[in-house]
Amino acid sequence: MDHAAGMPLDPRVFEAMKPYFTENYGNPSSSHSFGASARNALMESREKVARLIGAEKSEDVIFTSGGTESNNLTIKGVAYRNKEKGNHIITTPIEHISVINICKHLQKQGFEVTYMPVDKQGMVDPEKLRDEITDKTILISVMYANGEIGTIQPIREIGKIAHENRIYFHVDAVAAAGKVPINVEEENIDLLSISSNDMYGPRGVGALYVKKGTRIQPVTQGGGQERGLRSGTENIPGIVGMGKAAEIAQEEMVAEGRRLSQLRDELVKGVLDKIERSYLNGHPTKRLANNSNLRFSYIEGESLILGLDMLGIQVSSGSACTSKTLEPSHVLLAIGLAHEEAHGSLVFTMGKQNSEEDVDYVLEVLPGVVKRLRAMSPLTPKEMLR
Amino acid sequence: MYSEKVMEHFMNPRNVGEIPDADGVGTVGNPVCGDLMTVYIKVKGNRLEDVKFKTFGCGAAIATSSMITELAKGKTIEEALMITRGDVADSLGGLPPIKMHCSNLAADALHAAIKDYLEKKEANK
Repeated sequence: MDHAAGMPLDPRVFEAMKPYFTENYGNPSSSHSFGASARNALMESREKVARLIGAEKSEDVIFTSGGTESNNLTIKGVAYRNKEKGNHIITTPIEHISVINICKHLQKQGFEVTYMPVDKQGMVDPEKLRDEITDKTILISVMYANGEIGTIQPIREIGKIAHENRIYFHVDAVAAAGKVPINVEEENIDLLSISSNDMYGPRGVGALYVKKGTRIQPVTQGGGQERGLRSGTENIPGIVGMGKAAEIAQEEMVAEGRRLSQLRDELVKGVLDKIERSYLNGHPTKRLANNSNLRFSYIEGESLILGLDMLGIQVSSGSACTSKTLEPSHVLLAIGLAHEEAHGSLVFTMGKQNSEEDVDYVLEVLPGVVKRLRAMSPLTPKEMLR
Repeated sequence: MYSEKVMEHFMNPRNVGEIPDADGVGTVGNPVCGDLMTVYIKVKGNRLEDVKFKTFGCGAAIATSSMITELAKGKTIEEALMITRGDVADSLGGLPPIKMHCSNLAADALHAAIKDYLEKKEANK
């Protein structure tokens, strides 16, 4: 039940990609027929991705190597290109680590960044965001949904505010694309990052939607592919895979979303009923269908992960002990959890392979794992152990 | 990530619990960092007759706690004070480098418990 950091490749996607490794290996920039076939594949994939995000013009979709590159291109590209107009960026403290680190990098170069506090459920307040806008604000960057706590932001409202103030609006939709309907036109989104791997597509490919007329400059120089914004020979097999993944996601989103949200709600309710002092992190309803982030007092996440792993359940944690930096999740700290609470949080992300049986199995074994670890913990109140 | 021995101790930790009439108690770590350990000792003659622990922490923290109780039980005070963090890690077939510093606190907790015992003994003279 760990789909947040990567999803298995859909076999239908793999089938679609295969010919582009062997038979159709043309370069879209070549004039001969091989090149034409690659150009066609590129165009079709662009259209499929554009449809998924409600973009009217498919040429506004630029392929990249993934979410991190899309975020770099959009934030740096807009910041550098518009620095004569202003040097202020508004974002949130619960963004993906790539957005946070890009913003920190820009701060060292003289840009000013406001990290809008979020509430306990991880929500941005659009009206408070409006108050942070100055005449120097050039970009607002808010994620569509958070991959860790699942909270879905009021994107439409924020988009409206950005539009009214003539500020570019970037949305990191890596965790949301293919799971919730997105419409860049109606939601006033100028720039949108998505990744293939988070919708059962291949790794190493992503996309950035750049609304026509957006003032942005490339961050890599080269042969001028992808409207000059992303030079380098196109990764055709990967792009075809992403296109196919987008097409499937669009077809199956509604039914799969309904199925997953039912499983999610059963899991959450079951855990909260069966395990005392357990809590749901994030928003109770405005959350991704596949995400349950649960917190257990008095115990630490990595030991929970190990205990569940021994029983065949794979989950991830907000604990420092599972990260490279030894810091607990910046998202959990930003929604106001204490360090020890962040340490005791588990993220269940379900996907196509998960079923009712998986939820039942978790509900059967998780209380025992929690109980065993609590019996060992010096933090557990004595009356709970009786 | 972890050795078989670490996983074995994590799944079946030895000597979990408290000693109500402990002669010495040592607590190290901090829940803020993700690891908190308490070691209880019972001393008879000059030997550690019983050693128990309670730990909040990751798999390595629990396994090292369990291991220290095994290493220390039956040892003299002097011998127990000689047990190092390295000994605990070695006995577990090694620990991942990142865990050596943050979660390998069990030897410190044991030494803190012995120090507590010695201080109480001194005070009662």
